[in-house]
Amino acid sequence: MSKTTLIKASGIERYYGNFHAVKNLDFELHKGDILGFLGPNGAGKSTTMQIISGCLAPDAGQIQINGFDLTDEPTQAKQQLGYLPELPPLYKELTVDEYLSYTAKLRKIPKTEISQSLEKSKSRCGLTSVGNKLISNLSKGYQQRVGIAQAIIHNPAVIILDEPTVGLDPIQIQEIRQLIIELGKDHGVILSTHILPEVQAVCNRVQIIRQGELVYHSDMQTLTDSMSSQQTELCFKNSIDISLLDETKNFWHIDKATETNYLAEFTGNEEDTDEALNLLLKSIVDNKLQLVSMSPKTQSLEQIFIDLTVNENQSDKLIKTEADA
Amino acid sequence: MIITIAMRECRSLFMSPLAWTVLAVVQFILAWIFFAQIDNFFALQPQLQSLKSAPGVTDLVAAPLFNITSIVLLMVTPLMTMRLISEERRSGTIQLLMSSPASMTDIVLGKYLGMMLFFVIFILQISLMPLSLYMGTELDTGKLLAGFLALFLLIAAFVAVGLYLSSLTDNPSVAAVASFGLLLLLWIINTSTQDGASNLFNYVSLIQHSNAIIRGVINSQDIIYFILFITTFLGLSIRQLDSYRLQH
Repeated sequence: MSKTTLIKASGIERYYGNFHAVKNLDFELHKGDILGFLGPNGAGKSTTMQIISGCLAPDAGQIQINGFDLTDEPTQAKQQLGYLPELPPLYKELTVDEYLSYTAKLRKIPKTEISQSLEKSKSRCGLTSVGNKLISNLSKGYQQRVGIAQAIIHNPAVIILDEPTVGLDPIQIQEIRQLIIELGKDHGVILSTHILPEVQAVCNRVQIIRQGELVYHSDMQTLTDSMSSQQTELCFKNSIDISLLDETKNFWHIDKATETNYLAEFTGNEEDTDEALNLLLKSIVDNKLQLVSMSPKTQSLEQIFIDLTVNENQSDKLIKTEADA
Repeated sequence: MIITIAMRECRSLFMSPLAWTVLAVVQFILAWIFFAQIDNFFALQPQLQSLKSAPGVTDLVAAPLFNITSIVLLMVTPLMTMRLISEERRSGTIQLLMSSPASMTDIVLGKYLGMMLFFVIFILQISLMPLSLYMGTELDTGKLLAGFLALFLLIAAFVAVGLYLSSLTDNPSVAAVASFGLLLLLWIINTSTQDGASNLFNYVSLIQHSNAIIRGVINSQDIIYFILFITTFLGLSIRQLDSYRLQH
């Protein structure tokens, strides 16, 4: 299925003095994508976001937003994007309504449609009740929402959110994530964060950046598939004798991990999965072993993240395999 | 776009106590000087009557008022302009402007016009004092208008300098001190010179050009000086904002 390409960035380079902050970055964003941009602190996430949003000029490379080149046609290109920087760009002496209608005018929304889009973006971000309040009197969470409302008020094709859930309470985080998922349906969203579960909860594509380089990119499905493995983790109340489970040998290879934790690796054929699991359970019950928990061992996004951001060699390998896939 | 930014700027100005304080303090001080000048005028009146072409009330009351106003402005303008761009840089709101479909020229001109709008209100408020003399006497309307023009051009030049220096830093106080220093330097640059280079310094000095207009001599040379001055600093500001995206 061919999707509309909303952002096409190629060969982006950025230096701060001698520091090479972003190295030859290429990526695309399609309509309906929620792209998670992950990286440790100082990896170049925010720099990349600022470059895409036109706040920083790249030293090399090209960015096209919905078909408009950011350098050659900056006004048309910027019309297509809404940007929430790390620090929400709020004029705290204004009320929410004043601020939002100012940003609406900045984005060239026709006068007749301003109040309509203002209401829409307010209700989407749960700001309807605070329209008359001064922004400086709002809590951090509400200020963050005003920041998001500002980014979506002109219904842009691309929404760039730099750490949108920082400083919010769990309920608000839930609401914002819901909002982002909703926005992802008819916009393209780029979300930068270092909160990994957030990416797993919200995004359908993920990119990991380390020291200015893109070290990993895949869609969420591939990632989830690659994360599940053939291993099952068994946790018993006490230490057990592995030989008791010998009858499962055809399907499982069981190893002791810690005193009470064991790893069972599935070695049989795929069609035997259910049978193998039943056999394993039966064997455990028959031997009156006190099983505390049993769970499929998954390689979490965390693990991938740490592997990629800490271990250089491995990450290079991964890029290749991902690029091939 | 420019108008949108200008209106936001002016509105935010009036939401801070700074704008109101400046208007109030300046009005009070200038009113004091205005009354002192009127008092002076009454004291001199008997002698003036014996002169053939005696200076009128416009020369003796309004012109000194304008002169003092320009000195007060020298101190007040940097305070008003210091936050224009530096505050946006500091609070990150500059990113809103830069990610919006507004060009750097739009941003600079919007900020400039917003601040000028404030100072137009300032001039209107000051002008009420000399205009009130119409109730008791005849004024030289031409000279009065020339005085307003001089004030307007001076302010326009001051704000352009302040805007540029504000775009150079994200610390408002640094911008204020720097623009005050630069304005003062341009103000007094011709005082120490006797001859030789003095022509150049005389031409560069702000006060030379504004004083001529306040006296009622409107010379195209002075007007062109101000226009060049203003466009230079606005151009520098636009350049500065552009390069803000390029390096830091």
